[in-house]
Amino acid sequence: MNNLYRNLLLFAVMLALVAVVGISQSWNVALAILNLCLISAIMTLGVNIQWGYAGLFNAGVMGFAALGGLAAVLISMPPVPAAWQAGGNGVVTGLAFGIGTVLAGIISWRKTAHLGGKRYWLTALIAVAGYTLMRWVIDPAIVAVEAVEPAKTGFLGGFGLPIMLSWLVGGAFAAGVAWLVGKVSLGLRSDYLAIATLGISEIIIYFLKNEDWLTRGVKNVNGLPRPVPYEIDLQHTVWLQNWVETYGISLIDASSIIVKLCYAGLFVAVLVVILWLSETALKSPWGRMMRAIRDNETAASAMGKNVTWRHLQVFVLGSAVVGMAGAMLTTLDGQFTPTAYQPLRFTFLIWVMVIVGGSGNNFGSVLGGFVIWFFWIEAEPIGLALMELITSGMAQDSPLRHHLLDNAAHMRLMTMGLVLLLVLRFAPRGLIPEVKR
Amino acid sequence: MSFLIGENMTGGYGAADILHDCTIGVDKGEIAVVVGPNGAGKSTAMKAVFGMLSLREGKVMMDGVDITALKPQERVRQGMGFVPQTNNVFTSLTVEENLEMGAFIRRDDFSDTMVQVFDLFPVLKEKRSQLAGELSGGQRQQVAVGRALMTRPEVLMLDETTAGVSPIVMDELFDRVIEVARTGIAILMVEQNAKQALNIADKGYVLVQGRNRYTDTGAALIANPEVRKAFLGG
Amino acid sequence: MTDVLNTLALVSNFIIVPGLAYGSQLALGALGITIVYAVLRFSNFAHGEMMSFGAMITILVTWVLQARGINLGPLPTALLALPLGIVATIGLCLATDRLVYRYYRQKRASPVTYLIVSVGVMFLMGGLIRFVIGPNDQIFADGARFIMKAREFKQMTGLNEGLAIKSSQGVTVLTAVVIVAVLFWFLNRTRTGKSMRAYSDNEDLALLSGINPEQVVFIAWIIAGTLAAVAGTLYGLDKSYKPFTFLQLLLPIFASAIVGGVGNPLGAIAGGFVIAFSELIVTFAYKKVLGYLLPTGLAPEGLAQLLSTDYKFSVSFMILVIVLLVKPTGLFSGKTL
Repeated sequence: MNNLYRNLLLFAVMLALVAVVGISQSWNVALAILNLCLISAIMTLGVNIQWGYAGLFNAGVMGFAALGGLAAVLISMPPVPAAWQAGGNGVVTGLAFGIGTVLAGIISWRKTAHLGGKRYWLTALIAVAGYTLMRWVIDPAIVAVEAVEPAKTGFLGGFGLPIMLSWLVGGAFAAGVAWLVGKVSLGLRSDYLAIATLGISEIIIYFLKNEDWLTRGVKNVNGLPRPVPYEIDLQHTVWLQNWVETYGISLIDASSIIVKLCYAGLFVAVLVVILWLSETALKSPWGRMMRAIRDNETAASAMGKNVTWRHLQVFVLGSAVVGMAGAMLTTLDGQFTPTAYQPLRFTFLIWVMVIVGGSGNNFGSVLGGFVIWFFWIEAEPIGLALMELITSGMAQDSPLRHHLLDNAAHMRLMTMGLVLLLVLRFAPRGLIPEVKR
Repeated sequence: MSFLIGENMTGGYGAADILHDCTIGVDKGEIAVVVGPNGAGKSTAMKAVFGMLSLREGKVMMDGVDITALKPQERVRQGMGFVPQTNNVFTSLTVEENLEMGAFIRRDDFSDTMVQVFDLFPVLKEKRSQLAGELSGGQRQQVAVGRALMTRPEVLMLDETTAGVSPIVMDELFDRVIEVARTGIAILMVEQNAKQALNIADKGYVLVQGRNRYTDTGAALIANPEVRKAFLGG
Repeated sequence: MTDVLNTLALVSNFIIVPGLAYGSQLALGALGITIVYAVLRFSNFAHGEMMSFGAMITILVTWVLQARGINLGPLPTALLALPLGIVATIGLCLATDRLVYRYYRQKRASPVTYLIVSVGVMFLMGGLIRFVIGPNDQIFADGARFIMKAREFKQMTGLNEGLAIKSSQGVTVLTAVVIVAVLFWFLNRTRTGKSMRAYSDNEDLALLSGINPEQVVFIAWIIAGTLAAVAGTLYGLDKSYKPFTFLQLLLPIFASAIVGGVGNPLGAIAGGFVIAFSELIVTFAYKKVLGYLLPTGLAPEGLAQLLSTDYKFSVSFMILVIVLLVKPTGLFSGKTL
């Protein structure tokens, strides 16, 4: 029971911190932080499913989150008919060739085990031929698509469906890729998974940056449709105008706070559902089995558990949750910016959240997501204030002072590293430790 | 009082004791063999003498000095050589490098010791620049014994050195062990091949469930009908 | 005949020369990873930042030297500053080991715990580096830019295609050769080097032989720090120095180490060149080559490029995946250190 109070207290302190920002800075800022805290918490839950339940180190969180972002674009943006006319057929045919090549390659590899060394060459031949064919079909089509009003579109657009659908689709995208990655690297040594996932996440980002016909690349996709009202529409409603007058706050502030609260409501709903599902899974026989495998792989496999298959399962599930959070993040931003995906922010920061929160404990993950995101954002003003304090003795034009103030923003990387190392060393089980069942 | 002796040793790895009041010892130039059925604590007894598990009771004395508190590495410096049962060579190092590593604690010139080892195991001289991992099982065991001899130990302890090698190789290894003993080194060995080992033993210990059951000269043990019946397969 | 020579010049200019330089940089990086792996038994995610740190110190010292008018003539001043960069990086490694890794060593932590710890170290070092030198591009190469200019080569040979060799490329390859030679001499010929290999091979037996693990770890960090500082500086000289790139470099470096078989230094070197050349070969535009070699009229219209240059980094990953699928222990497995 003591633990329950302690954990509730931790969450209360966290919310109080957000409230402090609300009062001292502004409620807009506080809610912006809160929304990202919620998304971080969901991402952290996803990583915790992989690490906390099964002990898999996924260093490709960034890639899976970006796939969610891609889903948001593809689901919500209206299609670009001119681009489809210009090269739609070519692109679809080319992709079909690509998929066909992969399938042919896999089939030939599987069916030709009797050929010995020739098998490598046969598969390589199929891959090269199929790839050349695909490029031959798809390249002119891509050029045509990208030539359609490059400043405004230059891509095929999406399906024009409600963006919230992309939260599920993003999860599915991530799950699909995770399945492929898992097939290749699970069952090998644990650090190979980390390196393989680090690699795949980089490639996903390169892909999103460079395939303009799909994502507009570095030109970004702006103005994604929203699942919640627009501020400008709210400002024209009579009830808000009346309300604002009664309480004496500015219309602009009020409208943006309402929008953020709407988002927060949606995110909280998703978080609660995922948290409930995760907890149920963790307490189920399945969860017990996963932990058994994590704690002693050899014993578990000796007892007839198919460790690799279970790992694949949990890897796909966790990645799907990350993909979902990625789609939610892009929805919140209202734009898709491939260059914004940095491994430090999207992979390793999430890892800090998992470890600090308490690996293996879902509530810990949520708390970790909140705490770390909060300090990631607030480290900047805190760091700057600290630097100002430190340098206050120096002359106004001292170059060292300028240097320190300019670079204060990088303090947060250091802070995160330090927090991670300190937690690992002195509280390796995190803020809310795993419950031994 | 033997040169090296583990007296009344009681202890184990965890909560449960494996050894119960067990005593084994060996004198210089002598071969002492510890035999017994599987799980009798033979290897454990040797590891206890070498300091790889801590004793609850009893003590280990060498040359009249109590060394019970010393760590294995310190016992090596005191003149003990130990050949583990498995993983007893550096597979990715050459034969010669393996011997050099055996002499790692020696800061003096050890080339004469290496010559002695090569004299003892001529095949190693031949294969001195081959990787130990590429050698046959018997040759690897020779490398392992040679590596332990490089510190010029006063006691050499062999943990089932002949496990898994062919009878011919085993005989050859035993011949070498006798030669080593003749140079005045005390040899304490644990053996699965009890009969052959007792044949060359000056002293034999039969352990059962961590306790001394029979202790006598090798020849006497072989001659003892009870021992023959129960432990030597008739 | 001239067509063939032109092709050779073209391929040398765009694949062989840059590949040798980039391969050397990757090989040095992968060697560092491999040494740490062989002795401390974990994949060090902070290695990229160690390289970055070494390069940063070298740059700072170079600036000081440049400001005082000290230089090496045609050679880059950075070579003069490099020893200080190496010493500083070694210091950083040893301090990190003392403050961070040693605790986990004593606890005999699992490799994946180490890995997460190294992520923390990566954050810390990355932040420190950005705090000191900022996140931007820094240029510090000086001295002669070229050993051979494309124009000179054309005049010399009368060929259509030029062959340029940057001095940074020459310096890179030479330095790498020297460092690798010294490293192999150390590992195979000295008592301490052999004891490191022995420790990496069989920890228990090494302990039994009186090899002091703390000493082995100490030396391993000295080697890893040296390799990291040299690799980082050479990469910075050849391309340019930007803190962010070192996180990206981590992937090709890990790929090199794994492709060659983690823990095997020869493999790390081979892996570095495999990755470097694959990247260049796959992203090279063969239009001109085909133009020379094919009869007129058959030459392709497009660039005849297998993969757009934007995907350069992904090549290392693809090779990694193929190796993991076909031979997970790496191409040169079997022998460690």
